[in-house]
Amino acid sequence: MRTPGTPYRAARAAGTRPARPSLRTSLTAAAAGGAMLMATACGGGGDGGGGDVTLTIDTFGVMGYEALLEQFEEETGIAVEERNVTDTADYTPQLQQNIAAGSGAGDVVAIEEANIAQFLAQDDRFVDLAEHGAAEMQGDFLEWKWEQGTTPEGKIVGLGTDIGSMGMCYDTQLFEDAGLPTDREEVSALWPTWDDFISTGEEFADAETGAAFVSTIQPYFRAVTSQAGGAPFQNEEGELVLESNEDTRASYDTVVSMSDLSANLPIWSDEWNSGIQNNAFATLPCPAWMLGHIENTAGDAGAGRWDVAAVPGGSGNWGGSFLAVPEQSEHPEEAAELARFLTSPEGQLGAWNEANTLPSSPEALESDDVLEFTRPYFNDAPVGEIYATTAMELEPVYYGPDTQAVDDAFRAALESVEQGQAEPDEAWETAVAESERAAG
Amino acid sequence: MRRFARLRAAVDTKGAPYLFIAPFFLLFGVFGLFPLLYTVWVSLHDWSLIGGNEGFAGLDNYARLVSDAKFWNALLNTLGIFVVAVVPQLMLALLIADTLNRAIRGRGLFQMALIIPYVTSIAAMAIVFSTLFGTQFGLINQVLGMVGIDPVNWRGGRFSSWVAIAVMIDWRWLGYNTLIYLAAMQAVPRDMYEAASLDGASRIRQFLQITIPMLRPTILFTVIISTIGQMQLFTEPAVFDTGGAMQGGTQGQFQTVMMLVFQEAFRYGDYGYGAAVSWVLFWIIVVLGAVNALLARTIKGAP
Repeated sequence: MRTPGTPYRAARAAGTRPARPSLRTSLTAAAAGGAMLMATACGGGGDGGGGDVTLTIDTFGVMGYEALLEQFEEETGIAVEERNVTDTADYTPQLQQNIAAGSGAGDVVAIEEANIAQFLAQDDRFVDLAEHGAAEMQGDFLEWKWEQGTTPEGKIVGLGTDIGSMGMCYDTQLFEDAGLPTDREEVSALWPTWDDFISTGEEFADAETGAAFVSTIQPYFRAVTSQAGGAPFQNEEGELVLESNEDTRASYDTVVSMSDLSANLPIWSDEWNSGIQNNAFATLPCPAWMLGHIENTAGDAGAGRWDVAAVPGGSGNWGGSFLAVPEQSEHPEEAAELARFLTSPEGQLGAWNEANTLPSSPEALESDDVLEFTRPYFNDAPVGEIYATTAMELEPVYYGPDTQAVDDAFRAALESVEQGQAEPDEAWETAVAESERAAG
Repeated sequence: MRRFARLRAAVDTKGAPYLFIAPFFLLFGVFGLFPLLYTVWVSLHDWSLIGGNEGFAGLDNYARLVSDAKFWNALLNTLGIFVVAVVPQLMLALLIADTLNRAIRGRGLFQMALIIPYVTSIAAMAIVFSTLFGTQFGLINQVLGMVGIDPVNWRGGRFSSWVAIAVMIDWRWLGYNTLIYLAAMQAVPRDMYEAASLDGASRIRQFLQITIPMLRPTILFTVIISTIGQMQLFTEPAVFDTGGAMQGGTQGQFQTVMMLVFQEAFRYGDYGYGAAVSWVLFWIIVVLGAVNALLARTIKGAP
């Protein structure tokens, strides 16, 4: 394991030097930890000489990098500017255009799990991080996470940041009103399976608390499909498998059967956020990164209302990201340095401490920082332990290059069903046709 | 020296005008004409965002468009929103302009107030309206609830979403068109109204038989401008939609042609088809503009 800080201090000198591809390549080929070696080999720039390099990092949502970037700047003398976009639906197409155009992207870019295959398919547009000492990091990641960021030929495009291992958030107040248990152990015991979850929902609805059981059925589709593992939408050849993968249709049927329990609030909309503030629904699938959203949205009024239980079906993953270095970067060496720093176990822990993005590093997952972490806002729920335990059991899921579009198509379909505009079969057909359009 | 002076004079008088207008045409050429023609080129190819030009496709993209239900749906939505938005908007603008054309107190203030929505950021405005039109927590449904009307799922239905988007459009453009009408009304000779008054014509009759006929060219101008603008309708419905997928509602209830172009080109990476749709939209606008112009000539020629 690397001592925090040291390699980056050593690498500072590298930042002052113009890139020397031949030297760099030969050195990296010669030994693992090439970046460190090179830093020594090309050294002599001295402390504080790295100020002429400014890196840009493109991120979305909440990554928890504020303190880490300051640390990186202090240790390396390389200035870093973070450009953040809230919604991946806005962020990813913009990134795709910049990558295709060959300019405009940051030196380091964050890529969401659903979109990683899309960018792996364009791996010639990205720096092979193996050439910058990333190969030695393999053991720092959960195996499936590492594979998701690597091409079949072994080119390392994306280094894993966080994962979206899931819990089920529930509103203790509404559960109490409905006469359901509120203790997180007992609540988890209510729903070992999704069918149990739905019958709990029916019980909740019968109690007529004025609130719905779920906000919208849309996020459950991603949750249920990811539990089946494999390739739910598209296989590795890029073919759509929506109709041939029976699990996908079964997941869809499970999810649409929740329609009557829904508050019909489109996810991420203002209405949905108002729903959180007004306690309009009792449960929400909660990857680690969702906790921050609930806390920020519900504010002080919601403190202590929400708690976290296990997700039906045991585990499941929703989201998580990678960092990559586009080929267009003028400072690939330094950019790779930054990507490695942020995705190292220490970097991941830093992000966890700042924003509760769950590490994809087993070492970080097993650290006390994670395992002993409780979140006061959620009744001191031991969220670190809840998430870390399920993270170790996750089945790898393959998301193809058109996942974003498939996701969007099913979102529209599921919303049209819950809002009563279409029958489940009809909406399924529409979503499949739309996915074919996007993939075709 | 003298020859040089003569030459300079010749350049001054003959060349200078072209020089003065050159910046516009240069910029237009780079940012207007070139993209326009390049779009034609792209539309004739299989062209993807990621792979670039993937070979000549002839008219395949256009053939696909003709039988594409989503294109016709988007065209219907665009025309539908145009009618729902523009017809009441222009009529209301005429009435307001007529009111402001009378000697009323604080006229300048009203004129200023009218133009404020026009100078407001269109995206900011669309976000505010999106919140107002929320199904469960939106102000409009709450007000409707007070008078006993059930909450409307504004985004869910075709007509309801058209109405909501039309309200945003009218909010923005009403003042603009009102001011244009007002300017035209002030150019109508006062003695015509005086003569009509002496003959005992009512205000309504004066409005219908003097104001409207005198404003015909202006009205046609606003119709043409509105047509061109509204056929390219994009920002309002895009912001009104939940999520950034450009679907225009759960079933494409309010997906406009421009949203379809955006979806195909930038969401699905199909530049070729996106280019074909936008080129067809261009011709639809040209045809509508020509019909308008023809209409204008006929009306002008009428007694």
